[in-house]
Amino acid sequence: MSRLSIITKDKAQATVEVLYKDLERRIIASPPGLCPIDLASSFLKMCHAQTCGKCVPCRIGLGQLESLLESVLDGEADLETINLIEKTAKAIYYSADCAIGYEAANMVLKGVEGFRDDFEEHILRGRCTFELYQPVPCVSLCPAGVDVPGYIALISEGRYKDAIRLIRKDNPMPATCSLVCEHPCETRCRRNMIDDSINIRGLKRFAVENAGKVPVEERAPSTGKKVAIVGGGPSGLSAAYYLSIMGHDVEIFEQNQKLGGMLRYGIPSYRLPREVLDEEINTILSTGIKVHKGVKIGKDLTVSELKEKFDAIYIAIGAQTDKKLGIEGQEAEGVVSAVEVLRQIGDEKYPDFTGKSVVVVGGGNVAIDVARLAVRLGAENVKIVYRRRKVDMPAMEVEVEGAIAEGCEIYDLYAPSKIETDEKGHVKAILVKPQIVGPIRDGRPVPVESTDGIRRIECDSVIIAIGQGIESKSFETEGIPVTEGAIDAPDWLGIEDIPGIYAGGDCVSGPATVIRAIAAGKVAAANIDNYLGYHHIIETDVKIPEARLADRIPCGRVNMRERDASERIKDFDLVECGMTCEEANQESRRCLRCDHFGFGVFKGGRIERW
Amino acid sequence: MVNIVIDNKKIKVPEGTTILDAAKLNDIPIPNLCYLKELNEIGACRVCVVEIEGINRLVTACNNVVEEGMVIYTNSPKVRGTRRINVELILSQHDARCAACVRSGNCSLQTIANDLGILDIPYEEDLPHARWTKGFPLVREYEKCIKCMRCIQVCDKIQDLNIWDLSNTGSRTNVDVSLNRRIEESDCSLCGQCITHCPVGALHERDDTQKVFEALADEDKITVVQIAPAVRAAWGEELGLSREFATVNRLVAALRRMGFDYIFDTNFTADLTIMEEGSEFLEKLKNKENEKFPMFTSCCPGWIRFMKTQYPDMVEQLSTAKSPQQMFGAIAKSYYAELLNVDPSRIFCVSIMPCTAKKYECDVSVLNDAGAGQDVDVVLTTREVVRMIRAEHIVPETLEEEEFDTPLGISSGAAVIFGATGGVMEAALRSAYYLVTNENPDPDAFKEVRGKEGWKEATFDLAGNNIRVAVASGLGNTRRLIEAIRNGEVEYDFVEIMACPGGCAGGGGQPIKDGVELAEERAEVLYGLDKISNIRFSHENPAIIKCYEDYLGKPLSPRSHKLLHTDQHKWELNTLSKKI
Repeated sequence: MSRLSIITKDKAQATVEVLYKDLERRIIASPPGLCPIDLASSFLKMCHAQTCGKCVPCRIGLGQLESLLESVLDGEADLETINLIEKTAKAIYYSADCAIGYEAANMVLKGVEGFRDDFEEHILRGRCTFELYQPVPCVSLCPAGVDVPGYIALISEGRYKDAIRLIRKDNPMPATCSLVCEHPCETRCRRNMIDDSINIRGLKRFAVENAGKVPVEERAPSTGKKVAIVGGGPSGLSAAYYLSIMGHDVEIFEQNQKLGGMLRYGIPSYRLPREVLDEEINTILSTGIKVHKGVKIGKDLTVSELKEKFDAIYIAIGAQTDKKLGIEGQEAEGVVSAVEVLRQIGDEKYPDFTGKSVVVVGGGNVAIDVARLAVRLGAENVKIVYRRRKVDMPAMEVEVEGAIAEGCEIYDLYAPSKIETDEKGHVKAILVKPQIVGPIRDGRPVPVESTDGIRRIECDSVIIAIGQGIESKSFETEGIPVTEGAIDAPDWLGIEDIPGIYAGGDCVSGPATVIRAIAAGKVAAANIDNYLGYHHIIETDVKIPEARLADRIPCGRVNMRERDASERIKDFDLVECGMTCEEANQESRRCLRCDHFGFGVFKGGRIERW
Repeated sequence: MVNIVIDNKKIKVPEGTTILDAAKLNDIPIPNLCYLKELNEIGACRVCVVEIEGINRLVTACNNVVEEGMVIYTNSPKVRGTRRINVELILSQHDARCAACVRSGNCSLQTIANDLGILDIPYEEDLPHARWTKGFPLVREYEKCIKCMRCIQVCDKIQDLNIWDLSNTGSRTNVDVSLNRRIEESDCSLCGQCITHCPVGALHERDDTQKVFEALADEDKITVVQIAPAVRAAWGEELGLSREFATVNRLVAALRRMGFDYIFDTNFTADLTIMEEGSEFLEKLKNKENEKFPMFTSCCPGWIRFMKTQYPDMVEQLSTAKSPQQMFGAIAKSYYAELLNVDPSRIFCVSIMPCTAKKYECDVSVLNDAGAGQDVDVVLTTREVVRMIRAEHIVPETLEEEEFDTPLGISSGAAVIFGATGGVMEAALRSAYYLVTNENPDPDAFKEVRGKEGWKEATFDLAGNNIRVAVASGLGNTRRLIEAIRNGEVEYDFVEIMACPGGCAGGGGQPIKDGVELAEERAEVLYGLDKISNIRFSHENPAIIKCYEDYLGKPLSPRSHKLLHTDQHKWELNTLSKKI
């Protein structure tokens, strides 16, 4: 026998590796609403399979925990069992030698704390509190509940107009979303069980680009009721659209000169071209909505004045004010907020960064947006200073990578400490304190100041993009409840004790996503309609094609390509390229049609009207 | 020195001391189960967990060393609760029908569970099921194994045979014969060290006590029993007797009470072995050019199994002399049957051995030379004979000393030291010296080969001939020695090997005291007996002299060859076919 030999994977081990990947993807595609104890028990079984078998707590304890969980599921446990589970899991956590054991026990402990109610329900009533309420993962994860399998099926049949009409049933801004939606629908796509999620947003874009002009749905007979929408962003526009086709008279009050809110004053045109946005807004307005531009509620008009003139009000003012860093020198000339820069650009006033060194502070989508804009506005160099690690940036990964490709440098693990100015009071440099990644709190590692010395980054301009605030002051003084700047509204969005006033979108949730703002508009429209004494049904006559009967052979996902970085930085045009027809056909056929197969066929794969 | 606080007691201990030892040094016992010093410090059972101030999770005391300023709690509520749950978990996978267990009363798990006051196990019983080969001299009860891993460690680190290993993975992890073999297909030497290091009753010898009780009850059978040298140094341990009280003559009394017809001493055939093996060695020396050296002793069947499986090309270097046990069986069913004038097939020959491999040896088919069935019918370990004493309700404290029967109960001091490592070599050299020079050496002239070291060597002048000898005990040491010989690093003429560390005194059939190695203490008893013996040389044993005169002729005579020598090549390793 040779003294040493290289390690080669045998077939069995290679197969196991494949199965690990399958399982990882399967967990990603786990449908929401499953019994958490059943899942915990299955996880535990897998953890138990990982034990090396050396130590008692892990080798035996995990198995006993498993049977205790099973006894809960089988209705054979009593309330004392929960204590035994907790006690046993703690002992395993305290005494297992390695993470295979103690982290498995920790999962159980988290469960006992996190879904104790469900334990009790199982024990006392032999039932689970959880249920599969929406069998189609993409639909259930879309805040607006857009019928994803439906429009993908329409796309695969070339019925692009119908696809847009179907989307509009739940989301009146398909073009916008086709370009900037964060696509939560894709996260638990069941196709992950086979290979990868469907490129849903990409398909939507293909449909938008190929549908041509799709007229809006017919307006219901006029009700004579008047609804005021405060804020012309995606939430306000969405509410306005549905309320308008329901037959109500809708008027939008917008403080800026143009509609669109953060879509215009927050998102650069290279992600959302102005003509696309304008066309989408015009389509919505074509339902007969009246617009008042340059009117600020709280200044030009009060809420009570609105209340007198209108039967209902929807407040959707967004989160558009900037936040200050709170460091020395932040008032210096050359220090601007990202919100300010983006607002100017929204009104087509382009600042000049030619030849300048620009530092952007922050790691969210806004920070990345202004950084990439600065590149297009002629900056000599753009540095993005972020206090956590690059991987911790809340910005979408594809945006961060895009920025890097365009020449932006990421200075991660640096926290700004001071802005240095020259004798004229103009920014000269930003001083940053090096950080090291620290303990994880609420799922994210906290940056901790390192012992390394302060670093000085020379620059001509500093753009602060560390989050946005809500201009809720004037509403608060008029009696609208506000907590920490955000307007208080329950899930159904009606302000408590003030009948007829609703609020939603970023001004309630804090800065979030377009689709969540749209969903809030939809919810507000439905509830305002009821408040006004109606129950208009929103539906469509688009017929969804039958599901295709074919084997689902593993196939790669069509990802979106981008224009070359060297080209795209020369203009403000769309960076991302659309799918080709060939790609869209293939990608749409990857859809597993969860609306039809599995639970979908039993409980109905779609909500046809609301 | 390191300053620590254990259970509010300020303590100074040397750097590098484990928490367990630091506590023990200060009379704070920390319960532990899997731990065996220097052999199994893996923290598998998690019973010895303690709490250290500033650390949320608990830490095992057995394999973590103290640090300056450490504040340790060995029995805080967190520790107590966790330790208890861990023991309850072990019990959930342990067949705890203690009343029917060979280790009841001598079981570390039982003691710890009792100490913790565990009266009810909150977990469901989940016993592993696996099939063990019926009839094999070594028995594993999967349902009792607590996976402390000691058997794996002792076989890997001390015996270097790697018979045990983990089998299966994850929740089904078990301890079983390595490389997916059945035990009978393995290279197991049957030394029994895994048994004596098992903290519970998962490993034990095949129980043959009932066969002996049946023979004792059979009026047609003449029951003849032999007591191996090392048994006398240990049999009283489990009965709570002092070494001074638990003499071999009190064991003789107990056996006589049990109803054995004739009670003899394996020491008699140990002397006979010396005569044969010593003569064989001298013959070989005379023919040095054509013989292969060293010659190896052959009285340990564990060693012979090792040689046969690990170095089959060297089997011919083993002495052809049978072990004292097998010489006894052959003599009992020939010479002694003649003396008694009975049909040898009526003789039921039992031996009491400190050994589990002897249970295999008596079954080897080519060792039945007296022509009356198996030369040795049943082998009992020291532990089994203790169980028989208990079963017979003999109150050992009341036993008076009684003499062996004659003539096979007469022996020399040279024979009694067979039970310790180096003893066979020393006894052989004492007589070889005489056989060469015709005069007795100082009986203690060869005491250089005594002592507990695993590999000893010495050179003695035998009438102008320099004899290079080596003695090894423990199979790991044995392998090192043989590899050194094969690599030409050492050269010897005569080598004694005992499979168990310390020789038969530390044999795998001896009483068990968890965590304590008793071979050295027992060997002292044997050397003490040699010292006070009237006869210190095998060749001066009058019964041996008479046996040669009346029956065998002389050493290496044809009759000696027929009855007292063997060809180890022909030994089958698996004797199970005979048993099933």
